[in-house]
Amino acid sequence: MKNNSIKKIITVFLLVITYQSCTDDFIERDPVYSIDSESYFNSEDDYYNALIASYDLLQATYVNVMLGEIASNNTLCGGGDATDVIGFQQIDDMIHTPVNSNLRDIWNWMFAGVNRANYLLEFQDKTDFEGKEIMIAEAKFLRAYYNFELVKWFGGIPLKVDQRFALGDETTIPRATPAEVYALIESDLQYAIDNLSYTAPQVGRVTKGAAQALLGKAYLYQDKFTESSLVLDNLIINGPYDLVTDYSTVFESEGENSIESVFEVQYTDVEGAGFDCLQCSEGNVAVGFNGVRNYDGPLFDSGFSFNVPTQEVVDEFEEGDLRKDVAILDIESWSTQTGATYGTGYEHTGYFNRKYIARQGDLNTGDQNLTNPNNYRSIRFADVLLMAAEAFNRGGIDDTKARLYLNRVRNRAFGNTDNEVNLSGTALTDAIYHERRVELVGEGHQFFDLVRTGRGSEIDGFVIGRHELFPIPLEEIQFSNGNWEQNPDY
Amino acid sequence: MKIKLFTLFALILTMTAFGQNVDLTGTVTEASSGQPLPGVNVILKNTTKGASTDFDGNFTLKDVPLNSVVVVSYIGFVKQEITILNNDPLNIALVEDSESLSEVVVIGYGTQKKRDVTGAVSIVDSKTLDELKPVKVEQALQGTVSGVNVTSQSGAPGAGLDIRIRGISTNGTNGPLVIIDGYQGDLGILNPNDIETITVLKDAQAAIYGTIGANGVVLITTKSGKKGGKTQISFNSYVGFQEATRKLSLLNSTEYALILNESYANGGQDLPYPNVSNLGEGTDWQDEVLNDGVPIMSHDFSISGGSEKIAYSISGSHLYQQGIIAPKKTDFRRNTARASIKADLSDKIKMNTNVTYTYLDRDSVNDFGLGSVLFNALNTPSTYSPYDSNGDFTLLPSSTGLGIEIINPLAQIENTYNDYDLKKINGTVSLEYQILDKLNLTGRVGFNTSNSESKTFSKIVDYGGKVFDIGRSSVTQNAINDNDYSLDVFATYQNTFFENHNVTLTGGTTVYKTYGNGLYATGYDVPNNSWEFADVSLALGTGGDGVRDVSSYAYDERRLSFFTRLQYDFKGRYLFSAMLRRDSSTKFGPDNRVAYFPSATAGWIISDEEFLTNSNLVDFMKLRVSYGILGNDQIPPNGYVGQLSGEATYIFDDVLVNGTAIGQLPNPVLQWEEAKKFDIGLDFRFLNNKIDITTDYFINKRDNLLITNIPVSGITGVFAPGGGSPTVNAGGVENKGFEFAINYRENLTDNLKISVNYNITTLNNKVTEVNNSTGFLEAGDFSVGQPAIARMEVGKPIGYFYGYKTDGIFQNQSEVDAHPSQLALGAEASPGDLRFVDVNNDGEITTDDRTNLGDPIPDVTMGLNLTFKYKNVDFTAYAFASIGNDMVRNYERTLSDVNRLDYVLDRWTGEGTSNSVPRVTTAATTNRIFSDFFVEDASYLRIQNIQVGYSIPQSVIDKIGFSKMRIYLGVNNLYTFTKYKGYDPGATSGSPIGGGIDFGFYPIPRTYLCGVNLNF
Repeated sequence: MKNNSIKKIITVFLLVITYQSCTDDFIERDPVYSIDSESYFNSEDDYYNALIASYDLLQATYVNVMLGEIASNNTLCGGGDATDVIGFQQIDDMIHTPVNSNLRDIWNWMFAGVNRANYLLEFQDKTDFEGKEIMIAEAKFLRAYYNFELVKWFGGIPLKVDQRFALGDETTIPRATPAEVYALIESDLQYAIDNLSYTAPQVGRVTKGAAQALLGKAYLYQDKFTESSLVLDNLIINGPYDLVTDYSTVFESEGENSIESVFEVQYTDVEGAGFDCLQCSEGNVAVGFNGVRNYDGPLFDSGFSFNVPTQEVVDEFEEGDLRKDVAILDIESWSTQTGATYGTGYEHTGYFNRKYIARQGDLNTGDQNLTNPNNYRSIRFADVLLMAAEAFNRGGIDDTKARLYLNRVRNRAFGNTDNEVNLSGTALTDAIYHERRVELVGEGHQFFDLVRTGRGSEIDGFVIGRHELFPIPLEEIQFSNGNWEQNPDY
Repeated sequence: MKIKLFTLFALILTMTAFGQNVDLTGTVTEASSGQPLPGVNVILKNTTKGASTDFDGNFTLKDVPLNSVVVVSYIGFVKQEITILNNDPLNIALVEDSESLSEVVVIGYGTQKKRDVTGAVSIVDSKTLDELKPVKVEQALQGTVSGVNVTSQSGAPGAGLDIRIRGISTNGTNGPLVIIDGYQGDLGILNPNDIETITVLKDAQAAIYGTIGANGVVLITTKSGKKGGKTQISFNSYVGFQEATRKLSLLNSTEYALILNESYANGGQDLPYPNVSNLGEGTDWQDEVLNDGVPIMSHDFSISGGSEKIAYSISGSHLYQQGIIAPKKTDFRRNTARASIKADLSDKIKMNTNVTYTYLDRDSVNDFGLGSVLFNALNTPSTYSPYDSNGDFTLLPSSTGLGIEIINPLAQIENTYNDYDLKKINGTVSLEYQILDKLNLTGRVGFNTSNSESKTFSKIVDYGGKVFDIGRSSVTQNAINDNDYSLDVFATYQNTFFENHNVTLTGGTTVYKTYGNGLYATGYDVPNNSWEFADVSLALGTGGDGVRDVSSYAYDERRLSFFTRLQYDFKGRYLFSAMLRRDSSTKFGPDNRVAYFPSATAGWIISDEEFLTNSNLVDFMKLRVSYGILGNDQIPPNGYVGQLSGEATYIFDDVLVNGTAIGQLPNPVLQWEEAKKFDIGLDFRFLNNKIDITTDYFINKRDNLLITNIPVSGITGVFAPGGGSPTVNAGGVENKGFEFAINYRENLTDNLKISVNYNITTLNNKVTEVNNSTGFLEAGDFSVGQPAIARMEVGKPIGYFYGYKTDGIFQNQSEVDAHPSQLALGAEASPGDLRFVDVNNDGEITTDDRTNLGDPIPDVTMGLNLTFKYKNVDFTAYAFASIGNDMVRNYERTLSDVNRLDYVLDRWTGEGTSNSVPRVTTAATTNRIFSDFFVEDASYLRIQNIQVGYSIPQSVIDKIGFSKMRIYLGVNNLYTFTKYKGYDPGATSGSPIGGGIDFGFYPIPRTYLCGVNLNF
């Protein structure tokens, strides 16, 4: 009897195992609590969540902004020593090569942004809901924004529309011409303009104004002055934007998302970040890099002393220009005035990019140098006015209008109307260039303004015919297996 | 005539024999204990006639002819042959023989006599574990087994250890498979005293484990009681004190100030210490953080015994160890309880079960990398005192010279609060059913289930503007639940055909599933900024709006396997086995779900051949050959499916919003790593088994290495937050080596016994394939902001160090001028700087001049074990040596004002002063760029363990009722001979690429032990 019962137990035991095991069905299981990327987009929330992902990479443009300055004649690289972030140093000295991890970051991160927008657009027809066209328009704007960065830095790039790049595409999809890239940017932005309004559903999301401004900018980069002037003028006249009265408030936290902000990249200090994934930071990494080294004193926090303004750009400010003390921190006089102490980094000029250096008063979430909450004012209304002025002037369309817009910026800068420009023709063009430089110093525009207007040689070490574009990262050339040619002269 | 006489005589004798049969009785006992041995086979030689001993060790064998021979054998004991001369009852005392060739070796889904094993298999028994007194089981494999290298990640209590069997074969997970009593388990938390034997399968013998066997297999057999044994109680206990094995030579205050002055002067800056006369020695920060006399203690007991049909064993243990750094904040506690029962449910059905409960409690301080306590102790200048005049911790300035990462290590210890607990139950139940005479069926369930909790408190703390300043307190807690089970069913058929053809056929299936989850939560604003209140339940603050203070994960991985093994031998002289395993696993892509792993082994017992049977010299000789294919599936799960696991965080309306994004790119054709293992070995014993030699030559080729995050074009979006490149089968590594082990045992006199074990392993590691765009993988940080320094590249050892080669120091400007410019590395060279070699001879020093500077893989490892026994005194010593492993000195922070090692005193100060240590200066130099200046030979010889024991004479302990009482004194990690400057030449992070970079490894402690073993 006893033996029988044991036999029964064993039989049951073996049956259970056999039942479980004798078929490969046992290993057919879905990953636990995980969503398959190919079966998403089943609700409005899904689209919204994917849209957030498309916005995320805007924060990674901090490096574009920093290098737009460092590459230009506005700043020196700085940092701790001559080898501190070697990629930055080489770009500053115009000795950069296709081996440059920071340029590679720009390539990688901007394409990551393009791909996330394309992911949403790939599934744009899957599920319908009210207001979907707004999200589609935002995704298209973001794709245009990232593509615009890529074409600015690298020239023609591979394009894939409404579809993610797949592994292997690097060996088959050729680099499109810059004109083809711009054509996609223009059509994406036109769609955004047509489907968005001047007020976004949430602060930080794209507006019609942002799309118009970026379109005007894209036209300007192609010297399409008429198209540029039209869309920018439309924005100036119809949009809700204006200059704030006090320039000194623009870059403080109370000046974020102000009436002057046409498009602004949002940052926060509430989440931690580390050096192993700078693109993951929710803070503005550039701000910590720009900050004063070993600073101890009022108002500001410490940083890594990169991106230090040159004497030349400081001297570019006219007497009485109220913007100078907002844009430039003269650390010696500040130290004398307040007793603040600081360390001297590499290529110390005595000046810091005051618009984007760390302020006290944020949460200092670790690593505190990577989590500064300063939003990046990507497109300010002042920029729009100056771009419009440039388009009207350089296109030979309307110098009066150009002067009107230019002087609107100058009057705010000086706090009076005594410094209005009354020039025309190329003299007016030069005045506009000067104004762009001092109005927008520290905001990452100068290198591209110089290059697109044929003034690259103002930069030390700039070689015409080579440095207008940055090299495609060597790794990418290798991945393409001969499909992509390197930019000229690299 | 003579022949006739002889025939007649023989006939008479035979008749006599036939006529004079006797009924034989006797008792078999265990020689060492005198306990009766049940189940001993007593067989009339060359017949099938026999009996086995009963519960009391008695047997009766009827009708035995006089002058015939009976063989008395029992597994694990020396066989005896007795000629029967009369019918007097026999008293046979069997002697235990752990080195016996008839010893049974576990080989996975079965056992085999050691004599018949045809794979490369090594065994560590409980005796070795007794002698070594390892805190963790892994330590017992270091130096005791050829082909096995064990490295520590840290000397901190409870820190992890890595086992590498026959080298580093993959850029992924190299740890071996651990099988405890048949089920997949975890070696790291076992109580060493619960282990009977550790068997290491090093070659294709492990192929029965298919896709999980490529890294080698460690088979653990736990202790169990003996059927019919008398109740035995044993108690073991030791207490010990620990201290650091090493202290580095750093500058004292005066030396430091002088060096700093020189450095500043050379950099054209003002002297920081214009007056050095009153500085004296200053603070020895190592003395401040390293402690002596730190306690460790271990107690365990076991009770075992059994009746005729049932055997049991129960045991318990307690281990407590404090750390030599911050003993109040770092400790390790392990309590275990275990019960094992074996029962014969019927004649044909046997049950075997055991269950272990383990409780671990570990607290730790930051002990690795930039920011570790030791790193701070090494870099903090001796001019600072630990406490300021108010008795508070001195704050180190946040200056250019000291940076923003170096903090007072004592303050750091004080402000560290964490706790980790693990509770685990694991065990097995197995049933063996003898269906037919020759056919045996085994069903087995093994399981592990564990819960761990941990808590870390981040106190509000101000180190004076350092990155470790915390402005808001928080407590982070997690609860992790891990489970797995293995179900085995297999049948074994054993038969002998035509007398000499022995066949064993095994076949079956294994089902394995591992599943679990983890939950993490953080609470902010801990009441009173105090550890006492540090719990999420009290910390009511939340992170910023939209910040996720909670997270979780879950997993479910499965594997289904079928296997079969045929073992055949002819006369026990020619041995052959073949194995085939079929695995399907959730780790692999849908296109590659199923894998087959074949292997074969063969052996030839040469000593059984006629030309050797009468040899006086050779007692035993066996040639072994094995070849097989095994797999490795230890990769992150779900690599073949696209998941929305990316990070998508942005800010709308000033609040963090979280969306969804694509994570790692999938690779639908993902499959296992494939190991092809070849081994040829020769075992022999001579001089009456006094000398036992095992030699092996092996070639392990690993292909289809799973290269995670393989570099791919950025256009695919893999560099997005939370994104990742796919895992691709794209690499290969080859390990070749030679193993030699010799064991010499001799009883010199009745009182003096000695035994010497020595083993040596050579290893040649070479990468054979890295099929990504660059042709190499790199990892391993050096200093701050420098490129990775370790590479995996074809033709080189895996993880070799890649940097600049130096050729002395520039002695004068003309030498600088004569040398290719070093400007491209960041600064123009000056006299006193390191001279880098223009490896590619292109007339300038560029990044292309980087080259192979060594690797962390030892070329040769050796183990030596000596045992002497003289009367009641025993002595054992274990030593381990590792030769040819390089290590990177990376615990020196590259800042101008940090403290330094005293080799800087031999720096270059002018022409001819030094050709090895560069000048000191605050100016920009290229001397801190990774070069062979930072690579050191970390070969070492370590006296791992020395122990002297005294067994109280039997006559004395009999009176107090003990059967054995031994007291001993021992020292673990007595001394390490090495030229290496750092704390521990044997430490490594364990990473295949980037291991051997020393961020200031926590030194292993030297431990003085005093203990007692009691049996009664």
